[in-house]
Amino acid sequence: MNEIALLVAATLSSGTPLAIAGLGLLVNERAGVLNLGAEGMMLVGALAGYAVTFHTGNEWIGFAAGAGAGAILAAFFGWLVIWLHTNQYATGLAVSLFGGGLSAYLGAGYVGQKLGEHPDLSIPGLRDVPFLGPAAFDQHLLAYLTILGTVALAWMLQRTRAGLVLRAVGENPESAHALGYPVRRIRLLAVVVGGALCGIAGAYLSVVYAPLWVEGMVAGRGWIALALTVFATWRPVRLLLGAYLFGGVTMLQLHLQARGVQVPLQFMSMLPYLATIVVLVLISRNPAWIRLNMPASLGKPFYPGS
Amino acid sequence: MIVLEARAAPSRWMSVLSPVIALAITIAVAALLFAFLGKSPVEGLRIFLVEPFHGLRGLTELGLKATPLILISLGLSLCFRSNVWNIGAEGQYLVGGIAAGWLALTVTEGQIAIPQWAFFFLAVVAGAIGGAIWASIVAFLRDRFHANEILVSLMLVYVANLLLSYLVFGPWKNPEGFNFPQTVNFAANTDVPRLLRGMRLNAGFVLSLVTAVVAWFFMFRTLGGYKLQVGGPAPAASRYAGFSARSALWSTLLISGALAGVAGALEVTGPMGQLTPHVASGYGFTAIIVAFVGRLHPIGCVLGSFVLSSFLIGGELAQSRIGLPSALSGVFQGVLLFSLLACDTLILSRVRWRRSA
Repeated sequence: MNEIALLVAATLSSGTPLAIAGLGLLVNERAGVLNLGAEGMMLVGALAGYAVTFHTGNEWIGFAAGAGAGAILAAFFGWLVIWLHTNQYATGLAVSLFGGGLSAYLGAGYVGQKLGEHPDLSIPGLRDVPFLGPAAFDQHLLAYLTILGTVALAWMLQRTRAGLVLRAVGENPESAHALGYPVRRIRLLAVVVGGALCGIAGAYLSVVYAPLWVEGMVAGRGWIALALTVFATWRPVRLLLGAYLFGGVTMLQLHLQARGVQVPLQFMSMLPYLATIVVLVLISRNPAWIRLNMPASLGKPFYPGS
Repeated sequence: MIVLEARAAPSRWMSVLSPVIALAITIAVAALLFAFLGKSPVEGLRIFLVEPFHGLRGLTELGLKATPLILISLGLSLCFRSNVWNIGAEGQYLVGGIAAGWLALTVTEGQIAIPQWAFFFLAVVAGAIGGAIWASIVAFLRDRFHANEILVSLMLVYVANLLLSYLVFGPWKNPEGFNFPQTVNFAANTDVPRLLRGMRLNAGFVLSLVTAVVAWFFMFRTLGGYKLQVGGPAPAASRYAGFSARSALWSTLLISGALAGVAGALEVTGPMGQLTPHVASGYGFTAIIVAFVGRLHPIGCVLGSFVLSSFLIGGELAQSRIGLPSALSGVFQGVLLFSLLACDTLILSRVRWRRSA
């Protein structure tokens, strides 16, 4: 029983960074911009978050730094694809490659360093509830904020004017432009928000989840988060559930390893990546369904006044 | 105020000049970065841009590192021209390396007296098959289930890496290797034939140049090559002409997978001479930059491979000479690709000064 509770807790913890990054990318893509640079933004966010937490001792300043680093990289990406109309695939890849190189370079001095002890995060009272206490109420505050943020984002997209405008810009930028909305600036804002969330997700990995800095430590989670947006057909709540599903797969393999199941470590570690492929295959099988749900102008450049 | 104005027709000049300008911007950024880090910019740039071209040893090492880049970028150029986004060449490279490594292990452990040239041929074939099989997974899932090839090919990089790691930590580990995750050193007759006495440059380099010529001929002088490329810029026209998008998907992925696999085979049986977790070198990702810098053109790929190869060697030298992490070359690679993409804007538009109203 207790073991299952711990497994649930670990699942929530490992699903949280995927959810944060995925929600950011979802905002991005709902505005019609595809940013393949998630992995790079998460890496610079992870390093910035780790370094700042290391020097200030305050992880919230660290998260802010991670968000800032991701946002700066995303803003640069946004300027290139939205104003200079560079190819979104290639530019996103450039962000990933650059972010990987920059974080490896700047982070060389932080490898092997240790952060201070974490404060006790569990919620007094609730943590003593049998099963539910250790399973759900011993998380980092960010994990709860992620759930709140998901609900807020779903509400914003469906029920507010701002959400409607964001979706309009992603579905039909020409119409939004004709109605007088600043399509390019809205897209840039969405891209920057996406970058900031990817940065926070990276910082969560290096400050809370790991907690340490190693070159390339995001280990494909940026790409998995991109796959999650497709899996969730661009809906926030589905994305959150998908993120927990993936977190569960990651944790299950660690759990099985710990129980001494006789499958080589490496094959277990393949599970999250294989699961991503399987999920993509299942979800993409019906192209009409994807087309129905995908923001109509996703990945297409917008030329105002043409 | 500076404004961008659409050109009537794409500028051919700019399409050639753009990589040159991008390289100049990268050099300027690099110089600033060195100055910022308190190192001499002149010394720093010398290490990255001059030193790798210095002397016979330098040039042969440059060619050795350019070899996998040339092979992989040629395949990727074909893919990208056909609008197939194979981003996982690194995985195909690894599986090619594993396949050739298995062959070399078999020869080494069985003490099979196969002539060096014959083994070279077999290793190349094994690498090509390994890489093509790995890429065929991507093609199959895209073709049959419409799964996005970018994400699938990338996920397979991680899977290939773990597969290699399993082999060298597990069944293929050298029993007398003090528990290091590596295979035995391969027998001498599995080494890729060298071109010059005392230098590591090998027949793989010649193979890569020959491949570039063949790729040029295939792309620009055959109907088959033409068919593959029409689908990229004009999918509708390609459909009306009766060119199959499916066969373009399969052939570009199989060709690029095979070429990446050959690169892996050459690396494993050439300079490495054994399998270790370090087969994963990032060539598959660097080659993406090469393909773009080389304008998806075989000649450009060869030239671009030498430039990026000098970046890679420069990164290693920067570590040993001026104590900067070798990851610096990754930063420069990213800057180069960014500048290139920004400069490419000038192919379709021109910059004009306009008085703000």
